[in-house]
Amino acid sequence: MRRYLTLLAIQLRASIAVAMQYRVDFLVQGGLALFWTSWSLVPILVVYGRRSSIAGWSFEEALVVIGWFTVMKGVLEGAVNPSLTAVVEHIRKGTLDFVLLKPADAQFLVSTAKFAPWRSLDVVGGIAIFAVAFDRMGRWPSAGAVLASLVLLLCATLILYALWILVVSSAFFVVKVDNLSFLLLSIFDAARWPADIFRGALRVVFTVIIPLALMTTYPARALLGTLAPSHGALVLVGALAFSAFARFVWLRSIGHYTSASS
Amino acid sequence: MRRTLRAIPTLLRVGFAESVAYRAEMFVWLLSTTMPLVMLALMSAVAREAPVGRFGQAEFGAYYLAALVVRLNAGAWVIWEVNFEIRQGTLAFRLLRPIHPLVSYACSNVGAMPLRLLASLPVVAAALLTLGPGRFTHDPLLLALFPLTVVGAWLITFLAMAVIGALAFAIDSSSSVFELWLGLYGVFSGYLIPLELFPRWLEVTAKLLPFRFMLSFPVEMVIGMTPRAAALRELAIQWTYVAVLALAARITWRAGLRRFAAFGG
Repeated sequence: MRRYLTLLAIQLRASIAVAMQYRVDFLVQGGLALFWTSWSLVPILVVYGRRSSIAGWSFEEALVVIGWFTVMKGVLEGAVNPSLTAVVEHIRKGTLDFVLLKPADAQFLVSTAKFAPWRSLDVVGGIAIFAVAFDRMGRWPSAGAVLASLVLLLCATLILYALWILVVSSAFFVVKVDNLSFLLLSIFDAARWPADIFRGALRVVFTVIIPLALMTTYPARALLGTLAPSHGALVLVGALAFSAFARFVWLRSIGHYTSASS
Repeated sequence: MRRTLRAIPTLLRVGFAESVAYRAEMFVWLLSTTMPLVMLALMSAVAREAPVGRFGQAEFGAYYLAALVVRLNAGAWVIWEVNFEIRQGTLAFRLLRPIHPLVSYACSNVGAMPLRLLASLPVVAAALLTLGPGRFTHDPLLLALFPLTVVGAWLITFLAMAVIGALAFAIDSSSSVFELWLGLYGVFSGYLIPLELFPRWLEVTAKLLPFRFMLSFPVEMVIGMTPRAAALRELAIQWTYVAVLALAARITWRAGLRRFAAFGG
């Protein structure tokens, strides 16, 4: 366990060093991140300019969902997506061999291969959105609510990571999948809206199959103090089950890996 | 020129064969364009009690299904190929061929068109079945012009990607510039929300920018929200953008290729 923590620290340090090397890029990316955070508010402003409440969600409550969306987007693009692009490239070129030969768990190595540290600015943006939303509501979340939402954030990260492992696993079977990260991002975009808006088939898809609802709507509910404890427990169980499933699929598909060229 | 024309049918066949061979990649592409369905669900919820502006639930349905069809057929992905090939130096192989690289990129994009048309058939069928033909324009001229507007939309997408891709000659990777373009596109093209529902100043800005002509112009025309005169005027603007971007692509590629130095490959 300690060995893996040390490894994680080393990988993180390497990513930060790489990021610091390109200082201009760092500033540009940071500026872009802030710009995106405000830009992603345009649709919700337009929609709520016409209605004061949609599917039972007021503007401020929907803002909290957007806050979580921003935080999770930071996690996705900062910690998940960079490694995804790297590993898909490895599989396509056959250089995954070098990773598999190393004396550590391959899943651990590929998923910590690359981080984009400037994306942590997204988390700051998310917190700013929370502040605005709660300030407009004129109340602040209780300590218990904050704690519950942090636990749910952890679950959401687990789910996102599991989803990512599933996507990478598919790359073992269909080799040319450079655009998988794009797919993940474009589907994830739906998570910016409270899940109650969706009805019928879409709702099932977004809660069970691609659990976007668990990633943003549930943590938002927890922060607002409107989430039933049983639902929270369900999310916890779901996140653990989903990651176990992803681990299982990863172990199965790595058995299918046949080095491409080398 | 004659040589290029002679090669095009073969290049198209190759593009088609590629699109069939990489079915999975194609499928991933199709899945990543499902955003209009999400927005449809959202805006239906918004319009459940009362229509928003000119849009009731049925109008939103027609709008987003038409948007899905346009997006499926007017999509291009040349930017990823250009970025990748410039960075890896494999563009050198493409340059050895006696054909402008943009022509071969375009052919591989157009070659995938049959599959894309096939994928959009169910959407068209669903739109006609659930909403009825009454939701779409009856003007024969506009209906006949619709394919032309989609071609224009595709050309703008493709040429803009080519221009941004050519930036990679100068700055090695232009993907963050493209990200910016994509973000602006998301709002200003009417992909997420019909432009009419925007605040006035944002709507006016959107009408001047090229993004609208990549999506919401064909969509609004085919669902009968643009009168004939306005549609013809916008068609002229759309093709002006095509011409300007074609010129820009030609200039940037000429300048870029002069700088190009292949590493590795």
